[in-house]
Amino acid sequence: MSNNVMRTADGKDIYTMSAAKRRFRRGGTLLTRIIVYLAAAIAVCVLLLLIGYILVRGIPALRLDMFAWEYTTDNQSMTPAIINTIIMTLLALVVAVPIGVGSAIYLAEYAKKGNKLVAVIRLTTETLAGIPSIVFGLFGYLIFVIACKFNYSMVAGFLTLAIMVLPTIMRTTEEALRAVPDLYREGSFGLGAGRLRTVFRVVLPSAVPGILSGVILAIGRIVGETAALIYTSGTVAGVPSSLMKSGRTLAIHMWAQLSEGLYTEQAYATAVVLLVLVLIINGVSGIMASKLSAKKG
Amino acid sequence: MSKFKENSMRVVFLICACVSILAVVLICVFIFANGVPAMGEVGVFKFLTGTRWKPGQDIYGILPMIIGSIYVTAGAIIIGVPLGLLCAIFMAKFCPKGLYKVLKPALNLLAGIPSVIYGFFGLVVIVPAMQDIFGGGGKSVLTASIVLGIMILPTIISVSESSLRAVPESYYEGALALGATHERSVFRVTLPAAKSGVTAGVVLGIGRAIGEATAVSMVAGNQPIIPESLTKGVRTLTTNIILEMGYATDLHREMLIATAVVLFVFILIINVTFSLAKGRKK
Repeated sequence: MSNNVMRTADGKDIYTMSAAKRRFRRGGTLLTRIIVYLAAAIAVCVLLLLIGYILVRGIPALRLDMFAWEYTTDNQSMTPAIINTIIMTLLALVVAVPIGVGSAIYLAEYAKKGNKLVAVIRLTTETLAGIPSIVFGLFGYLIFVIACKFNYSMVAGFLTLAIMVLPTIMRTTEEALRAVPDLYREGSFGLGAGRLRTVFRVVLPSAVPGILSGVILAIGRIVGETAALIYTSGTVAGVPSSLMKSGRTLAIHMWAQLSEGLYTEQAYATAVVLLVLVLIINGVSGIMASKLSAKKG
Repeated sequence: MSKFKENSMRVVFLICACVSILAVVLICVFIFANGVPAMGEVGVFKFLTGTRWKPGQDIYGILPMIIGSIYVTAGAIIIGVPLGLLCAIFMAKFCPKGLYKVLKPALNLLAGIPSVIYGFFGLVVIVPAMQDIFGGGGKSVLTASIVLGIMILPTIISVSESSLRAVPESYYEGALALGATHERSVFRVTLPAAKSGVTAGVVLGIGRAIGEATAVSMVAGNQPIIPESLTKGVRTLTTNIILEMGYATDLHREMLIATAVVLFVFILIINVTFSLAKGRKK
């Protein structure tokens, strides 16, 4: 006990740890550090293994005839699926971007603080963001395929996707608008511009990188989406002759290859194309976002 | 004229903002209106607690799927949260700057990998590994938990890391000044201060895990029975919908929508928890 007490110059007793306890703590410190490093290493390795495995197995499986124009059961060409993915992405964005940016403008530029409606909008947007894609798929099936009688079609698919990515676009756009300094707005008002002109000529142009990063994030989600599309746009391979017909995107193409169970090798190839596509899309979004924050800082 | 333009555009923006309200209302109405009456037809209690799912004989009990969803999500949390949280602590407090510059963008990229790829990885890597270790088909509660655990890693890491970084540096410095080691300061001071943010990240991970359909359907085995052990096959609420929606008709189809109602209620509970966890931070 006595060796745990130190007496200071002015006669106060200070209790210190025993040597054994100190040693124990030092061991604990080391152990903690090892656990942290180990866990980080495992987490990173597992994720790298995932990408590495698919690249290593998938790249040799890629063959030139997989990019032929026509899809047949013998040649699982992914060109039609890639074309469908592009069409689907563009149409979903045509619907979702104006609505998403419009609502972000309302939230960031027009709505007053403490507005009840704004609270409701935020709550519903958060709810929308948390809804699983299979529920979006089922909803799209019920409203677009059944109630609107679109059947399994590209239209039903991109409308479902547009609702799904709306919260992403809203949130990133609003953040980008709020990051624009108030000085810009005041300057514009000072020169006699109205609120509308200020928004379109001053605020929006300086928020473009942020908005784009959100839009690209949304593209990444659309390209990788399966559960929301299986029962809305359907799984027919090939480019549809009209938007009212079914057509499958690349991710659905891969899902179908796997569930049919006959095309595992081809699925590797599809996985590589899909993975690389999504990584590029997200990479571009990340670069946009970091450019924005660099400009701000 | 310009005044008119101002006002009309204001209304246009307002209408845009209301689209998300409309979307949520429509989703609720369509899912509930199609699912709840059917649930009443079979009997809510019988539907929720029935242990047998035999659409061919008009027997609809989704207890196996509810339990399956809970098992798989719990498994994913047990695997993903400690790993993700420790990795986040590493990123925020232990990582050398040079490594961080590479690691951070890489993890951000990983967050966007489509779930069908995670499912595929599970199917061709983890399922055969499970077959070797435990025998049997390899598609099981454990396999699905591992795949989901990996899938939620990027989410948990990024949310936890940013909430750890949001803790004022002075807390950590104060602990150091009191003689605590680096590790002790991080685990006893910074981590507790970031608790609500970390909780929000975990809840977000739970939401992602319970709502995942495609990846789980590839690796879970999908038998609609309550699994007796971790190495037995399992079916979740989401996979129940995705597997049978293609050919279901009439009551069977309505029961699948009723399954979505149950899933939706789960998600709403999780969302409210998430908002509460985030709200406490402010």
